[in-house]
Amino acid sequence: MLKIENLHVSIKGKEILKGVNLDINKGEVHAIMGPNGTGKSTLASVIAGKEIFDVTEGSITYNGKNLLEMPIEDRAREGIFIGFQYPVEIPGVSITNFMKTALEEIRRYRGLPPLTELEFRKLMKEKAKIVELTEKLSNRSVNEGFSGGEKKRNEIFQMAMLEPSLSILDETDSGLDIDALRIVATGVNQLKSPDNATVVITHYQRLLDYIVPDFVHVLFDGKIVKSGTKELALELEHRGYDWIKQEYEQNRQ
Amino acid sequence: MTPFTQYIKDLYVGIKNQLPCAGNNAVAEMREKGLQNLLEKDFQIYQKENRKMFDDHIACASGMKPQLTPPPYRPVEEYFHCKVKDIDTRMCIFRNGWYVHNGNPLTVEENGVITGSLTEALRQYPQLVFPYLLAENSPKEDSLSAINRLLFNDGLFVYVPDNVVVEKPIQLISLTDSSEHLLLNNRNIIVVGKNAKVSFIQCDDSIEFKPSFINNTTKIYLDESAYFSYYKMENKNPESLLFNEVDVEQKAHSHFYSNAMTFNTGYLRNKINVFLTEPFASAKMYGLYLVDKKQHIDNQIFIDHQVPDCESYQLYKGIVDDSAIAHFLGHVVVRPDAQRTVAAQTNRNITLTDEAKITSKPFLEIYADDVKCNHGTTVGQLDEEAMYYLRTRGICEVNARRLLMLAFANEIADFIGIDSLKARYKEMIRKRLNGELTICDQCVLHCPHLGME
Repeated sequence: MLKIENLHVSIKGKEILKGVNLDINKGEVHAIMGPNGTGKSTLASVIAGKEIFDVTEGSITYNGKNLLEMPIEDRAREGIFIGFQYPVEIPGVSITNFMKTALEEIRRYRGLPPLTELEFRKLMKEKAKIVELTEKLSNRSVNEGFSGGEKKRNEIFQMAMLEPSLSILDETDSGLDIDALRIVATGVNQLKSPDNATVVITHYQRLLDYIVPDFVHVLFDGKIVKSGTKELALELEHRGYDWIKQEYEQNRQ
Repeated sequence: MTPFTQYIKDLYVGIKNQLPCAGNNAVAEMREKGLQNLLEKDFQIYQKENRKMFDDHIACASGMKPQLTPPPYRPVEEYFHCKVKDIDTRMCIFRNGWYVHNGNPLTVEENGVITGSLTEALRQYPQLVFPYLLAENSPKEDSLSAINRLLFNDGLFVYVPDNVVVEKPIQLISLTDSSEHLLLNNRNIIVVGKNAKVSFIQCDDSIEFKPSFINNTTKIYLDESAYFSYYKMENKNPESLLFNEVDVEQKAHSHFYSNAMTFNTGYLRNKINVFLTEPFASAKMYGLYLVDKKQHIDNQIFIDHQVPDCESYQLYKGIVDDSAIAHFLGHVVVRPDAQRTVAAQTNRNITLTDEAKITSKPFLEIYADDVKCNHGTTVGQLDEEAMYYLRTRGICEVNARRLLMLAFANEIADFIGIDSLKARYKEMIRKRLNGELTICDQCVLHCPHLGME
């Protein structure tokens, strides 16, 4: 599904990703972990198409297509969803209007007719339930005045509405209390299917108690330095990242 | 003397005996005062501040003439339908500067509300109307105000007696459809009594694409605890020159609210002068301008806090595209006595091209020490982060831009108190930003493109 090969990325001349390789297939859940400032969010942004990054080497293909050549919106229409760590507030744009426009464009891209008003409202209602968002919220402006938890739930709500084939959730657990974390994780699990894949980017193992990964990767110094199964996450929780650093330094020498 | 001043002077001398109330000495004196004032001011301020605006716009009105007699009556339905859904207004239509009526130029209702032609009101109720017509010049009178004083022909007169709440909004529709290049000077007078309440909707529209020079003055007098809402909509052809000056005099506890929307224009100046003359009066003013091509809009607001405990609030927003030009000049004066004044002034702009031009001058002049005043201006592009976010959800750049512009503009429409009007304005904003409403040859309120079918 998603194939990242030898990806090198810099911003303003500073290299952040230094040769990332990653393969993600249908039905899989991957967790990308690692200390702060090692390039986790950069990786998500490059997949989303944020323009401030320069890809200097390597490739990303999605279902066989060159992702790096696609405009931001086409990546979403191809089925990629990014759940942001800090979702932006957009005063004056209602969630309803936002989702209606997004769905319409995605469906048109896929050759599907637009939903009727009734179908759309039904879908909104149904998906809002998954993350326990009240209907009142959908008339409000996107993220405006939302609490941290509401913002993250709104991200998962959008994911539910757009039904992506690949979801990348960037630090979705940050700033969440235990109840919000449970709601978000339950939402993600409900949306899981054999046809889609999920990538969870996180600092802490906590989220992985709820969203159980098939694979865990550790990103350090711009590279994936270690991959394993969910036991690796538990080991990281227990031992911290220092041993990874030491191992990495030793291997370099 | 500028050639245009000379032209107006000659025009006046030639037609002065044909102007309304020609035999009345007080009116003649008022016109002469206007002439003196014009000769004195002679467009100096326009030449100094904006030479190009003067040369390109005002001076080209030389040669245009007023229509000295009313056009023959035609039933209004033949050329005008208001398409705002479910809005019920008392409609007052002016065609080429003249009040349109079929034998009844002035309506007096049972509750004492008077609406209709100013010249007729002067004839029927001289003692009521003359003092307002002949009131002192406003201190902000400039060359254009002087021309209106000099050449005014007809205008709307509205009188709402004390304690009367007018349920139906009064709608003033000014249409031009002459085969001549018109130079029109309407003078409207609106008097709202103690505890009275009325909404007023003013639409300026062109039916035909004929260059014209329209220079209106509206005088509004709000007595104690009066409540006046003023909605203004402009959708003129690109050859039009439209100058609207509104002077508002407010007594104690009165409320003035205005919301001015401009969708299309040629050269437009909206000037509002508010004089807060007694305590606890409040003025709230909102404005939105969506201009493109070579349109030019000038919003000038002057608020005079003469006494303590008044409040004023301004929020003007604009989206300026192509090589359009927008000016905002907001001037708030807080006099030495005007303690506990609350005044806020905000102007926000979005430019969509490198050629679009915005000048914004928020200006507070404060002579009292116990006041709460703030002002702010922004000129910028759309929020890049928001654009990115919308695009990551599959929305293309063009639509993301539209959503953000719509949100920016709708904030002003949200302050409209009449639901049907708000819905219509929002629809128009949407169509305007979608490019579906570029320039209408008719009033946007009855534009066929906007039919709800």
